[in-house]
Amino acid sequence: MITAAFEYARPGSVDEAQSLLTKYGDDAKVIAGGQSLIPLMRLRLSQPTALVDIQGIHGLKEVRRDNGSVEIGALVRHVDIQRNATLREALPILVEMANDVGDNQVRNLGTIGGVIAHGDAAGDYNALALMLDAEIVTNKRRHKASDFFRDIFTTALEHDEVVTAVRFPVSTGRFAYTKFRRRLYDWAIAGVAVQETGSSWRVGYVNLARTPRRGASVERALAGGASAADAAAESGSDIDPTGDVRATAEYKRHLAQVLTARTLEKATMAA
Amino acid sequence: MAVTSMIGARIQRREDPKLITGHGNFIDDVNLVNMAHMSVVRSPHAHARIRSIDTSAALAAKGVVAVLIAADFKAVIGGPLPVTNSFVPDKKQVPEQFPIAATEAAYAGEPVAVVIAEDRYLADDAAQLVVVDYEPLPAVMDLEKAMEPGSPLVKSDRPDNIGWDAAFPAGDIDAAFAEADVVLKQRIGQQRLFPTAMETRGCVADYIPYDNRCTLWTSTQVPHFIRLFVGGALGVPESQFRVVSHDVGGGFGAKLRPYPEEYLATAASKITERPVKWIEDRTESLQATTQGRGQIFDVEVAAKRDGTLLGLKFTQLLDIGAYHGVFSAFQVVACLLGGGCYDFKAIHARSIGVFTNRMSTDPYRGAGRPEATHLIERIVDIVAREIGMDPAEVRRKNFITTFPHTNNFGLVYDSGEYERSMDRAMANIDYPALRKRQEELRAKGRYTGIGFSTYVEICGVGPSSATAPAAGIALVESSMVRVHPSGSVTVSVGTHAHGQGHETTFAQIVADTLGVPYDSVEIRHGDTGDTPFGYGTYGSRSLAVGGMAIMASCHKVVDKAKKLAAHAFEASEEDIVVDQGRYFVRGNPGEAKVLAELAFASYGAGLPEGMEHGLEAVSYFDPPNFVWPFGCHICAVEVDPETGAVSIDRYVAVDDCGNVINPMVVDGQLHGGIAQGISQALFEEVQYDDETGQMLTGTMLDYLIPTMAEMPHFELDRTVTPSPTNELGVKGVGEAGTIASSIAVINAITDALAPFGIKHVEMPARPDRLWSMIKEARA
Ligand SMILES: Cc1cc2nc3c(=O)[nH]c(=O)nc-3n(C[C@H](O)[C@H](O)[C@H](O)COP(=O)(O)OP(=O)(O)OC[C@H]3O[C@@H](n4cnc5c(N)ncnc54)[C@H](O)[C@@H]3O)c2cc1C
Repeated sequence: MITAAFEYARPGSVDEAQSLLTKYGDDAKVIAGGQSLIPLMRLRLSQPTALVDIQGIHGLKEVRRDNGSVEIGALVRHVDIQRNATLREALPILVEMANDVGDNQVRNLGTIGGVIAHGDAAGDYNALALMLDAEIVTNKRRHKASDFFRDIFTTALEHDEVVTAVRFPVSTGRFAYTKFRRRLYDWAIAGVAVQETGSSWRVGYVNLARTPRRGASVERALAGGASAADAAAESGSDIDPTGDVRATAEYKRHLAQVLTARTLEKATMAA
Repeated sequence: MAVTSMIGARIQRREDPKLITGHGNFIDDVNLVNMAHMSVVRSPHAHARIRSIDTSAALAAKGVVAVLIAADFKAVIGGPLPVTNSFVPDKKQVPEQFPIAATEAAYAGEPVAVVIAEDRYLADDAAQLVVVDYEPLPAVMDLEKAMEPGSPLVKSDRPDNIGWDAAFPAGDIDAAFAEADVVLKQRIGQQRLFPTAMETRGCVADYIPYDNRCTLWTSTQVPHFIRLFVGGALGVPESQFRVVSHDVGGGFGAKLRPYPEEYLATAASKITERPVKWIEDRTESLQATTQGRGQIFDVEVAAKRDGTLLGLKFTQLLDIGAYHGVFSAFQVVACLLGGGCYDFKAIHARSIGVFTNRMSTDPYRGAGRPEATHLIERIVDIVAREIGMDPAEVRRKNFITTFPHTNNFGLVYDSGEYERSMDRAMANIDYPALRKRQEELRAKGRYTGIGFSTYVEICGVGPSSATAPAAGIALVESSMVRVHPSGSVTVSVGTHAHGQGHETTFAQIVADTLGVPYDSVEIRHGDTGDTPFGYGTYGSRSLAVGGMAIMASCHKVVDKAKKLAAHAFEASEEDIVVDQGRYFVRGNPGEAKVLAELAFASYGAGLPEGMEHGLEAVSYFDPPNFVWPFGCHICAVEVDPETGAVSIDRYVAVDDCGNVINPMVVDGQLHGGIAQGISQALFEEVQYDDETGQMLTGTMLDYLIPTMAEMPHFELDRTVTPSPTNELGVKGVGEAGTIASSIAVINAITDALAPFGIKHVEMPARPDRLWSMIKEARA
């Protein structure tokens, strides 16, 4: 429960952060809210030699809406998302997700950039980024979400790459998010997000594979006019869950189907 | 007794302002000059031979004071950890447990080395550098396989894996079964649980070599017990060994024994000649603090079609872990209470304690009684289902109705009114309406269920006549009441509070009994330096035993005060009237002295002929019997058949703990207790890998402790049936909620799933498991 020793640096700019990462080498890590990294360090599952704390960098805490997009700075915290008027209009499903991330302490510290960079399949925003074709903006390039999440806790980020913002398309259609869990502050055992964009539906899956997943088969079925229940029956080909101490893989597959149908019904009833 | 003002008053706990403003004094708040820090190197294997330990790299690391292994401690610690007989005097084997493994580790988390360093960070860093060469051995994890002849052994120097095998036969069981219309069998599990106190364990040992004196601050429920054993092993007499345990952030039974680390830290302090602090981190706590339950019951019941219960046979398989917990065999009490609050012609029980390569089990809130309640209340529902009778009516038909009642095993239930509490709970939840709604919802494909738990439990441990033969110790309790010259009162007790609100409850009793202002009474506990010897707090004993010891001292003080008053008024003692702290001559209440005046006089000149100075008394109370709280909990749930998720719609409890000193404190104990039982029913489960013995639920992410958000509203109510066992008429309430609640939830879930033909549900009732059962039933 006590971390191994590490160096600590607090750069004032993204460039400085990048050069610190280069200087400290492969075992250095960015730290933002610390809500995923510190628990790992305390169990000594992660033993970075240096932490580059990006909290002192200006300009990463803004939310900007332009044309059809909304750009969210990497250091925007869950609690900021919950309280942001622009997001409530332009991307209300994200606000709904933020309301249910962890507990108050986690929401007061954890950041959207941290969720994305951590690349956890259970990170609620990751499935949303994927299904809405969001862009992940870094100091080096713009990643398409569809190319970003590579494997379990593995993203396309390079060692000296810092996420600066996430760009979502403005999404004001009907939506719903269902997060199935045992306790109020838990991660999802399984999560299903649905969002209407124009005349079609997007579907995303949280914690139902090694990476976040898009419900492409379900989306196709819906586009072909299938009912919520029939489309949900396709969910099996979009996911690939594994069993753990909480639930078996078989159960998670079943849950995905039940929750897909229910979430679609909830979204359409919310009209 | 005079009209009372404090006993029965719903006043706020005097402990809380300090605790909720962060002014508590816990173990990690203790910091001494020149203090070093201990980190424990633990076996990562469930079972392994220790070939060698190389401490050189750790010893060379920055800030390291010492690296110690078993051989170093053997020179300082004079013996193994204690084990009490508790209920199984003729144990088959009591393997010795030295606080640290020398050649073989028998559970993941067993200490193999300690590092003492200048701070905790350096100690933990150096601990990673201790190189232990292990030869992994097979891990014995399955209780039934462990009992088979030829099973691999939990530890290689043992003849087999059986710790005890004790039979408890009562009555002619064959005759009872011969009369039966129905005989039903069920296996009922009790998963292992982490006690998870908010404050983990920890201690600070300060050994002074110059005069062989030691102070040990430790997070415990039993300071005197710790002094007896740790002091004994270290060769420090009680007069020179002081154990201090002020604020303790929860115990739940897991802090009622001396632990290896208390010996190791004290010995390390002696070896290094420095104060040594050890604070258990949460990961360690989940590995190395005793766990609760871990049992399997195979039950067989004989009944008539009219609902009459006849006979009960059951076997308790108890997972001891690698070594006996100090009180692990106490949980055998489940055998003696397996009949619950019902009349049985005969009960035959058997308890087999089985060693496995896991951490020891030991009492955990309820210790044996939740298991007993769970098995009998489950069985009654199984009978009710089989014969098509309402579960409430089967209970009603079999309740014990006359008291005192001697149960099948000779234990005497002091007082009870079981039907009254059940009727009250049924009225509070509006049972007929709930059943009607259940039927309506079932027609719509919704699955609701109603679960009963009518329980009786044994607490107030305990009379020396029963505990001395069963446990080898006489569990009496002590107090010292001292009235100071200006009237304030210090009460020192041998019990120990770690969340129960004793400082409030006890002060209420003293205020009334002595007739002094509540605020003038100070309750002291948890420091062997200024409290009389006592056995500590567990088994819901503090009020019924410790409270009575306080009463006894108060009575002695009042008796002396009467003599002082008689002297002052130049009257005879028989003519002195005591009314709420005022002492006067009968017929002349206008001219009275209060206790403070008499106390002042007691320390002054002109005392009655032959009277000693001072106004104080010490008492020990040995209760004539245990006390027997009871009640009825009813839970209403709905199960989502698609996801298996359970929601609790109502939770109604009617408890009877005899007279109530402080209703708010009692309600608080019930809230916490019920929450822990619901938690066992739905959430908590220690999981180990069956092959490797590795713990799978090693963090609080995987081990589910529910929060307030997962709890229903508790609709509490009570009946009051005073105990005839003690003058206060009190029983106990520290464990009642936990004892009653798990089965109310499980019976409700089983009832909800009745339309699927599901007859039994195990704990925890996880959604995925319920869904699988429903799926199988549908197929
Ligand atoms: C009890 C608890 C419950 C939680 N429940 C949920 C939940 O239900 N849903 C959910 O989505 N999350 C949950 N979380 C995680 C939370 O959302 C974290 O905030 C989030 O995963 C990481 O954000 P952070 O800012 O804390 O990142 P950190 O912990 O600081 O960092 C996480 C990782 O991302 C890297 N990183 C962080 N920021 C950047 C950046 N800008 N550029 C490059 N790399 C970066 C770090 O190097 C590290 O590897 C929970 C956490 C806890 C402790």
